[in-house]
Amino acid sequence: MEKKNFKNEIKKFSNDMRSNILEMSLSAGSSSSHFGGALSIVEILSTLYVSQLKYDPKNPLWEGRDRFILSKGHACLAYYSALCQIGYIKFNDLLTFEKDDSDFLGHPVKNEKLGIEFSNGSLGMGLSLGIGVAYALKKKQLDNFVYVVIGDGECNEGSVWEAAMSAPNLKLDNLYAIIDRNNFQQTGSNSEIMNLDDLKLKWSSFGWHTDEIDGHSIDSLLNYFDNSKNIKKPKALIANTIKGKGFSFSENNNEWHHKILTKSTYENALKEIKLNNDN
Amino acid sequence: MIINERIIKSWSIIGPRATFGLAALELVKEHQNMMILTCDVSTSAGLDRFRKTYASNYLDLGIAEQNMIGVAAGLASENYNVVTTTFAPFQTIRCCEQIKVNFGYMKNKVCMVGLASGLILGNLGFTHCCIEDVGILRTIPNITIVSPADSLETVKAFQAALRYNGSVYIRLTGGSNNPIVYDKDYNFEIGKSNILKDGSDVAIFSSGSVTSECLNAAKILDESNISCAVINMHTIKPFDKKTLEKYLSAKLIVSVEEHNVIGGLGSAISETLSTFENSPRQMFLGINDQYTKGGSYNFLKKKNGLDKDNIISTIKNNFNER
Repeated sequence: MEKKNFKNEIKKFSNDMRSNILEMSLSAGSSSSHFGGALSIVEILSTLYVSQLKYDPKNPLWEGRDRFILSKGHACLAYYSALCQIGYIKFNDLLTFEKDDSDFLGHPVKNEKLGIEFSNGSLGMGLSLGIGVAYALKKKQLDNFVYVVIGDGECNEGSVWEAAMSAPNLKLDNLYAIIDRNNFQQTGSNSEIMNLDDLKLKWSSFGWHTDEIDGHSIDSLLNYFDNSKNIKKPKALIANTIKGKGFSFSENNNEWHHKILTKSTYENALKEIKLNNDN
Repeated sequence: MIINERIIKSWSIIGPRATFGLAALELVKEHQNMMILTCDVSTSAGLDRFRKTYASNYLDLGIAEQNMIGVAAGLASENYNVVTTTFAPFQTIRCCEQIKVNFGYMKNKVCMVGLASGLILGNLGFTHCCIEDVGILRTIPNITIVSPADSLETVKAFQAALRYNGSVYIRLTGGSNNPIVYDKDYNFEIGKSNILKDGSDVAIFSSGSVTSECLNAAKILDESNISCAVINMHTIKPFDKKTLEKYLSAKLIVSVEEHNVIGGLGSAISETLSTFENSPRQMFLGINDQYTKGGSYNFLKKKNGLDKDNIISTIKNNFNER
């Protein structure tokens, strides 16, 4: 029963995230925004924020919180939306996205009061941070988890694999690496630019407990997170996703990696969200 | 920490790297949240005893410096007092962008110790020499750069960096039998240089283990009626403008460093010197923007004009030209 409630809540949270992403993209205007890669992680973030992450809505720095790191920092539209929906960021502030002097640039800038614990954007750095944090939590004997979201294109970076090699060595079973496998990167598909082949095999051969699921299926995500916590290894999840997920014009259309959202496209997108809400 | 003449001598004999390792054994008692991270260099960093005695304060991340910097930042964000160390090129240039984002941009506080910087590993070639680290790190905001003049100053700098409110890069130069600049304990403060010897004609600003060469050169120049001051600019960033200002009446400013003449101490001095009206001329002693053939430390110091005799003759020639 409780799970069903979570599912509805996650679905609503996802729809609200997509709506917030649209508002920010529209308000970014000609400065454009990383649209597709934010939409591919919506269900992952919704599931984490609604059902998994421990946090204090009043205190972003509560010691007992789980830690979240968006290593693929360009997907910050999704991150800012989630932080808004849990009460850390005011909706009106979201609309300052990429504006002069804004706290909400096109890549997250550390701002602990707003719940942004790390600056990210230069790819291949977040997992190492996560390892440092996970190691610290173990030393402090805190039973919290660290969740790091990594892009598949980001896995081109050698530093990802330096980090991937070290986490199992350090026995960090409190660490999750969630790989957003949307099959695209900036200028083409993974297979065109840098073929990643069997990512699951790669991560498991580095010593991670590795699973592969549909990254938009709330049931699969809930089931995965609920049942993997006690596995005594760092955990890598290959989340198969669709870049631009949620809108007919952007799904699997890599033009939407970074693109201006016009008013008319925005209005069409709103209608699609409404339809989705009604279903 | 006990500091006396006997200990200073023994630190000088073992050199700055091993001294750093010994200091860690003492300083961990004061900083129980200290974590030392290395990349498979515990022996080179003099940390073998530390690794065994304080295993829970030590973490070896294998030969993967970029990951080490990120892990350090993660630990620092959870309030650990983190020290990272490996050979200087790998501690700095290899993971330059990780340093920028994690320590500079995000301001996670970490003490980085660059082992065997400068020319000490000259017989291993310029993959292992490091003449670029100061120039590169100096352009990253929020990173303090300290280059100790001898083994005692290595300890003092390490102690200060652990207490400092921000990231510090400690650049270790020289090897075993490292000449003593300070033969007794003294007051060390990050950002505040030390006048080792006063003088009025020429002011030599140096950092690192070449400072002892400068002191020896200055004494001989004094005898040739060229009155020489020697200032130990152990902190290259933030730059001690006040002390430089004291020597604006000198006829010649000389910077001496075991680093490329581009980007290091000499550049830092000239950036400040040029803001004063009628400032004296500056002469840059260092590696003249080139990768030469390798060789022993003394050979390379001589080749690059950084030994006592070359410092004397270069200053004499320049001074007399006026």
